Amino acid sequence: MVSRRALMAGSLSLAASLSLAASRALADQLTLPRRLAPGVARSAELASLAGKRPLIRLSHRPPNYETPISYFDGPITPNDAFFIRYHLADIPVVDPAKWRLTVSGGAAPLTLSLDDLKQFPSVEIAAVCQCSGNRRGLSDPHVAGVEWGYGAMGCARWKGARLKDVLAKAGVPNNAIEVVMNGADGPVLDKTPDFVKSLPLWKAMDENTLIAYEMNGEPLLHFNGAPARVIAPGWTATYWMKHITELAFSEKPFDGFWMAKAYRVPIGLFPSIDRFVTQENAANAPITEIMVNSLITAPADGVQLSRGPVRISGLAWDSGRGIVRVEISTDRGASWREAKLGEDVGRFGFRAFSFEAEAAAGSLTILSRASNSAGQSQVAKALWNPAGYHHNVYNSVTVSLA
Amino acid sequence: MRALFLLPLAFASTPALADEAKLQLKPGAGLEQTVNNCGACHSLDYVVMNSGFLNEKGWDGEVNKMIKVFGANIDEVDAKAIKAYLSSNYGK
Repeated sequence: MVSRRALMAGSLSLAASLSLAASRALADQLTLPRRLAPGVARSAELASLAGKRPLIRLSHRPPNYETPISYFDGPITPNDAFFIRYHLADIPVVDPAKWRLTVSGGAAPLTLSLDDLKQFPSVEIAAVCQCSGNRRGLSDPHVAGVEWGYGAMGCARWKGARLKDVLAKAGVPNNAIEVVMNGADGPVLDKTPDFVKSLPLWKAMDENTLIAYEMNGEPLLHFNGAPARVIAPGWTATYWMKHITELAFSEKPFDGFWMAKAYRVPIGLFPSIDRFVTQENAANAPITEIMVNSLITAPADGVQLSRGPVRISGLAWDSGRGIVRVEISTDRGASWREAKLGEDVGRFGFRAFSFEAEAAAGSLTILSRASNSAGQSQVAKALWNPAGYHHNVYNSVTVSLA
Repeated sequence: MRALFLLPLAFASTPALADEAKLQLKPGAGLEQTVNNCGACHSLDYVVMNSGFLNEKGWDGEVNKMIKVFGANIDEVDAKAIKAYLSSNYGK
C-alpha cells in the first residue's frame, strides 16, 4: 500500500532539472574512481538540486549525490557542495514556522518550535559528516547498495543547541539508556521500516552533540536536513538525523530495523574506541565512530603534469581524537615523509595537508596515510565487511609527468 | 497494486521526475514488472549502479530483501520475472 504522504510528493518539485545539452556537457567533466562497480559509470551523472552546484548523482529517488573531489578545497565544505544522502523517498519540505520537535519519555512531554530551540545557548562546532558507506563502491568484492566514491562526506561549521540541554529541559529519566531519533522524512510504503535511529544516552548527553539549525552561517539547506538536524561529531552520519521532529528516551535498546539489522559491523573488525554497548550482540555491533582517513584532493588521479615538483594537497580526519600526522609515499609505501598540516578548525573537522614531491618523468603514484592521537592509522588493505563500511585504505593517486 | 502503477504518473509533472523518466532500462522480458514494482519506491538508476557484479543468486537476494525487509508488495509471479530480468540484463 502506498502511503498518503508519498502521493503528495511536494518535495520533488524542489529539484531542478538540467537540459539534455547541459547534462551532456557536465558528463564530459565527470571522472569517476576506476575501482567503482562497472554500472556506476553508466548511471552516474553530474546534476544539480536546489541550492547545489552540480554534484555526482548516484540516484534520483531517493536523492543520493556525492561531492566531486575537486570541490574539496580546504577544511570547510561549502553548503552548495555538500553531499546528499537519503534512504527513503518521501521527503517533505518542512515549513520552519510550523516545525515542532517533541521530546517524550522525560519528566514531562516537551514541544519546541524553532524559536524555542534558538533560545538555548548556541554552540558552533566544525565537524565532519561522513556517510558510513563512503567509498562503498571501492569494496572488493563489490557490495550492493549506493556505490559511493570518495565524496559522501563534508565538513561544516554546525551551529545549534546542545542536545543535552534540550534533554535536560525534558527531564532525563533515571532508567533511560538510549535516545531515539526520528525525522520528518519517511518511506513510500507503510510497510517499509521508517528511518529511526538511537544514540546511547552518554553520546546524546555529550557536550558536542547538537541539534543544529545552521551550517556555515546559513540556515540548513533542505537536502541537508532543514530546519534542524542532529550533529553527532566523531560518529558516522547515520546518527545525524535530518529534519529531526521526535526524540524519545528509552529504557531498553531500541530494536527498529535501522538499529538492529542495518549499520552494523562485525565485532572486533575495526578499532573503535567509542562503543554502543546496549546495541551489540555476539556477532556484530552498530557502527559508531569514523575511522582515521585521508583524501588527496590534488593532483587529480590520472592527470598529466609537466615535469617538476608535484604539489600535493589533501584532507585528513578522524573521530575527533585529532589528526597528528599525515605521511606521503611516492615509492608505493616503502618510505614515508611527513606532510605539512594546515589550519586546525577543531578536532572533529577536516585537517588540510600539503606536500611537495620531487619526481622524475613517467608515472608517479602518491599515497597518503593519516594517523591520530590515539595511535590509529589508515590501513594498507581494506577491512572488507558485508555492508561496505569504514573504507579507510591509504589514499592513492597516480599521475604522469611529461 | 493499482496504486503502485499510478505512482510514477503522480510524480511525472515535476522536473525531477521528467529527468528521472529519461532513465531507460534495457528492453527484455520482465522489464515492465521491474519498472512498475521497483520504480514505485526508488529510481531505476539503483539497478544500473549495482550492475555488473551481482550474479543470479545476488539479484535474487536483492529482490527478496525488498520484499521481506522493505515490505515491497510484489507477488511471486512478478518477483520471478524481475529476478530473471535483472540477472540476465544486469548480472555478472
